[in-house]
Amino acid sequence: MASLKDLRNRIASVKGTQKITKAMQMVAAAKLRRAQNAAENARPYAEKMSQVLGNLAANLIGGVQGPKLLSGTGSDKIHLLVVCTADRGLCGGFNSSIVRLAREHIRGLKAEGKTVKIITVGKKGYDLMRRQFRDEIIENRDLRGNKPVDYDFAAEIAASIIARFEAGEFDVATLFYSRFRSVIAQVPTAQKLIPAELPEAGDSVPDAALEFEPSEEAILDTLLPRNLTVQVFRALLENAASEQGARTGAMDSATRNAGEMIKKQTQIYNRTRQAMITKELIEIISGAEAL
Amino acid sequence: MATFQFDFVGPERTVYSGQIEAVQLPGVEGEMTVLPGHAPVLTALKVGVIVINEAGHAGKRVLVRGGFADIGPTMVTVIAERANPFEEITPDSLDKDIATLELQRDATEDFAKKDEITGQIVQLQDAKVALNF
Repeated sequence: MASLKDLRNRIASVKGTQKITKAMQMVAAAKLRRAQNAAENARPYAEKMSQVLGNLAANLIGGVQGPKLLSGTGSDKIHLLVVCTADRGLCGGFNSSIVRLAREHIRGLKAEGKTVKIITVGKKGYDLMRRQFRDEIIENRDLRGNKPVDYDFAAEIAASIIARFEAGEFDVATLFYSRFRSVIAQVPTAQKLIPAELPEAGDSVPDAALEFEPSEEAILDTLLPRNLTVQVFRALLENAASEQGARTGAMDSATRNAGEMIKKQTQIYNRTRQAMITKELIEIISGAEAL
Repeated sequence: MATFQFDFVGPERTVYSGQIEAVQLPGVEGEMTVLPGHAPVLTALKVGVIVINEAGHAGKRVLVRGGFADIGPTMVTVIAERANPFEEITPDSLDKDIATLELQRDATEDFAKKDEITGQIVQLQDAKVALNF
């Protein structure tokens, strides 16, 4: 049986841990709010962009074959997977669930005999994937404490993807990230980047009267790379919010577990102390009786 | 005077949103002023100055570095990656941008790209003149 001193030390150490997890939870909650705001501020741009693209596509249908970013290369032999994770751990299953989704995807593709290439964004994703997919990872970027997520960083990634596409390094690109549904639910998601998945034109009826300056093709040519950047940017924002959400949840339950542990340990401590007092009393009393 | 809805969105935030009387846009094929009831046009923008005329106010100026304008009869939306409200721009920041672009131009071997960047530099210099620095 552990001595009283051991028990005291153990309780003190768990209390220390609880303070740390509690602090991390509160920091994550504050960061989550900021990340959510950033995601909200970025929404009008993304929505407008897809609306314009939808308009363009509606005008394009039946006409010319769009640029390659839109229509693809015509084959689907080589797949590029862009896996976005966080730089830091201690956020529950956030990183591993994204990686798991990507891994399943890769397994499926390999079973079909396709070639896979991987770009990882975020340190954790690279750490988790590099052992299994050493040869497939062609590029790895970490977020370098890049907080809040800025547009230029997304633009860099998108530029690299496009450069590789134009060099003919792959046919299909898919983006993996975690969609932020709520503080307790983050959904790992795979999204096609190339060929671009166009939003439904929806209620915006194709405007026959819409004029383009310069030509539609020229606009589409400049718009598509930007659209790619926006999608990467959006994924990074969602990821940032999801990461903080997951961390809030994980740290909350860690704090709760620590609380339970302290309670249990304190009970054992008190019981042991009482047992010792009783033992001493019995010794004294029986000693007195023997006289 | 009639007004229309004008939105100016950047990737990280909405720069401007409101009812205005007219807006002057630097389209790639020439400057244009849009009034309410304009025919629908989708145009690319070059580097230049957007002048926003709110009802009863003098023109508000925003520097834009390329983007798109979606023009309709009742609303105009500008999508731009980089935009600075006029107050946030100083001659120094423009000079710095021009210097970075010049460095980029000297770094690339690709002639088409060189031309493109040179074009951007010229446009920035034009913008500088337009802003009376």
